[in-house]
Amino acid sequence: MPQNPQLNKNGELQHLLSIEGLSKDILRHILDTAESFTGVSEREVKKVPLLRGKTVCNIFFENSTRTRTTFEIAAKRLSADVVSLNVNSSSQSKGETILDTVDNLTAMHADMFVVRHSQSGAAHFIARHVAPHIHVINAGDGRHAHPTQGLLDVFTIRRYKPDMHNLRIAIVGDLLHSRVARSEIHALTTLGVPEVRVIAPKTLLPECVDRMGVQVYHDMREGLKGVDVVMMLRLQNERMSGALLSSAQEYFKCYGLTQEKLALAKPDAIVMHPGPMNRGVEIDSAVADGAQSVILPQVTYGIAVRMAVMSILAGNTE
Amino acid sequence: MQLPDAELLLAMLAEKIRPLLGGHVALVGIHSGGAWIAERLHAMLDGEVPHGTLDISFYRDDFEQRGLHPQVKPSHIPFDVEGCHIILIDDVLYTGRTIRGAMNELFDYGRPAKITLAVLVDRGGREMPVEAQIVGTVFELPPHQSLELLRDDAGKFSFKLHENP
Repeated sequence: MPQNPQLNKNGELQHLLSIEGLSKDILRHILDTAESFTGVSEREVKKVPLLRGKTVCNIFFENSTRTRTTFEIAAKRLSADVVSLNVNSSSQSKGETILDTVDNLTAMHADMFVVRHSQSGAAHFIARHVAPHIHVINAGDGRHAHPTQGLLDVFTIRRYKPDMHNLRIAIVGDLLHSRVARSEIHALTTLGVPEVRVIAPKTLLPECVDRMGVQVYHDMREGLKGVDVVMMLRLQNERMSGALLSSAQEYFKCYGLTQEKLALAKPDAIVMHPGPMNRGVEIDSAVADGAQSVILPQVTYGIAVRMAVMSILAGNTE
Repeated sequence: MQLPDAELLLAMLAEKIRPLLGGHVALVGIHSGGAWIAERLHAMLDGEVPHGTLDISFYRDDFEQRGLHPQVKPSHIPFDVEGCHIILIDDVLYTGRTIRGAMNELFDYGRPAKITLAVLVDRGGREMPVEAQIVGTVFELPPHQSLELLRDDAGKFSFKLHENP
């Protein structure tokens, strides 16, 4: 079996590329460390000196506001110097390859790359190329993975529902195009959540979904019954090619989360969404802003989780 | 070798700290031994003095060599550090590097009026200009040995001597 490209010779996390292939111990270490970082963001001085003198480069070949901003804030709270590049609007439009971009930033003594790309496998490709002292974090690659989002979702669940071994969780929406859902499913099953349900129309489910250890529902009302956590996914309009759906209105009717459908879940169920939300398409505003919504805490916890990932990677050099 | 009696030293520490209480004073224990001691002192003293804990993992000066500690605990400082007299507590004072990290962390919560360092044992071997104002006992050890504070099921303390690999 080839060695996991995320781990160094000592089996420690060198890059974070996907949750797939990471042990329960590594996931728990990240979540426990993130727990300590939540306190740092509430202090007078919201900084610790762990990454002092290090340079973190956020290279975003695909747009993102929330992910890039939270990575940037996370790196700054660790005292790193941060450079954020929107590559689609600079070098690549002039014809530079990804590896040339990375090599140039390495020549400027970058220590860590946070990469988002529309092609699946882009972060793996960069991780294989860089020198051993450099760390790569996948901030979303195509339809493949978005590991820090998966981790922050699990972290949020653990904060509200600490007993992961007794949870019933439903993931609702466009699983076909969702790298977030793949990362979430891997994280939840690795951490021992006994029941993960996916709820989606047939046209928005990947073919192999039943092999991921989940239960598939096409009827949202049926799937939401008795769940502790409802994780909504964004309807990826920009990825939609061909007639997978009749209309946004029709989708909302069948798979949009309303108060009335949420009432089928447990009374203390929490509602999550990775953002950005399409209000009135996959989620009703009354639910998004309602008492059961933890959508904004997800954003806050995203910073602590990214601080944890960066500091663990930075400490694991061969 | 006769190791120091941790329970006896704890009682001595409590008597030395008692006159310092009153006003804006707080106990802060360094994780994990110092945090246990701060908890016991809190109960032995008036029980009203605010107390907190620090895990200095994010402030260690050997992060580059050793990486992040596998079990970082959250620091918990439930009072205003600004203008406070902090009695910083640790089990064993050795190189002084932990205390330096702890002081750096405390300043990220605010500007304390004063910091007093209290330890059960000073084992010598300082690498930083750090001294404790309140010391249970001096018990010098060579570099290849270390002293660990243990806590049993009843919450009682004792010391264990280790030969370092």
